[in-house]
Amino acid sequence: MGDIPIMKIGDCLLVSIQVDMHDRLALALQDDLTERIVADRARGVMIDISALEIVDSFIGRMLNNIAAMSRVLDAVTVVVGMRPAVAITLVELGLGLTGVRTALNVDKGLALIRRIIDSPERDDADRHR
Amino acid sequence: MSEQRNIILTLLNRHYPDLLDAWLACQRRDAGGLEGRREAETTALARRFLDEFRRGLQIAQVDDITGPEWTTMRELLEDLSRDRAIQGFSPTETAVFVFSLKEPLFALLRRELAGNADELASVTWVLSSLVDRLGLYTIEFYAKTREEVITRQQQELLELSTPVVELWDGILALPLIGTLDSARTQIVMESLLERIVTSGAETAIIDITGVPTVDTLVAQHLIKTISAARLMGADCILSGIRPQIAQTIVHLGLELNVISKATMADALGLALRRSGRVIVDRAAAASPTPAA
Repeated sequence: MGDIPIMKIGDCLLVSIQVDMHDRLALALQDDLTERIVADRARGVMIDISALEIVDSFIGRMLNNIAAMSRVLDAVTVVVGMRPAVAITLVELGLGLTGVRTALNVDKGLALIRRIIDSPERDDADRHR
Repeated sequence: MSEQRNIILTLLNRHYPDLLDAWLACQRRDAGGLEGRREAETTALARRFLDEFRRGLQIAQVDDITGPEWTTMRELLEDLSRDRAIQGFSPTETAVFVFSLKEPLFALLRRELAGNADELASVTWVLSSLVDRLGLYTIEFYAKTREEVITRQQQELLELSTPVVELWDGILALPLIGTLDSARTQIVMESLLERIVTSGAETAIIDITGVPTVDTLVAQHLIKTISAARLMGADCILSGIRPQIAQTIVHLGLELNVISKATMADALGLALRRSGRVIVDRAAAASPTPAA
């Protein structure tokens, strides 16, 4: 088990990243998370990055990877709690995280996942890209 | 040097009231007449200036006004420049206060040292360069004050021109007025993201009615703002696109990747629908036959 706890809320998984990420930790998180998605038959994954003051291209790529892996396992990934300064930095770096859905906080993230899962046509919800 | 200084000091002490009167007369003439309040102000200033001038000559270096002995004189000139810069005086009108001292001063020297050409020339030189230094200092400080005023106004303009309005619960509007450059984009982005956090809004309408032209750079800035808002979990709708701008966007081959509406009203309608709200015309709903 890695350092990053994964919590289960209904059929969603909540990952709260509180520490600085490095390669090994990122790989461990991807391992744990994919296993948990399968084991818990989760439909949604929420990644809370409200504690992160710095998000660089490495973390950006990791988030994109996690989203792609979850999509393969039929789970929706939502990144929540990004700080304004982090958002501006990411945009300035040219990282729009286009593969990931975002929400302001855990509450809204959960609602977004519900909406996407409940909508009869999943592609319809993905339209605004 | 000290010899000339003594001559100047003696003359100053002896002819102080005459000199002050003559100087004020010069100022009145140059400024084309002073009003009552300005007259009193200028007189007080002139008296303070002459006192400082005399004191400075007694204790300080004449060829360097940056020393501590001239501190009070410098403060006097700074006050003068600041006041006049803020009141909208021109640099000439500001500096003439100091430079106009030359005329009565040199007249006095000519009168008193008429018999001695050598002395007259050297004393005139010393005084002239001193008054020049003081005058230049005034102009420099004037320019500095004006620059401060301009910087502050720029800042105020930036803040004024980027309001974020809450149109409805969860719907923000960002009416952009003027050209988007990098500095403004930064401020627009910051204020929008801050508002998204505080209001928890999920839709932001960016209205570009007031943006005169959209070129590739402006589009780039718009895209950045939209992506940043998306990262914070808010969807953007672009509105207020004038026909001319629609054509420009297509001709430049810009891909904004965002839902756009022609008017803010349409954008608000879409935002309301998205958040599950409907607007009902009660009059039309109540009457059995809808109005034509």
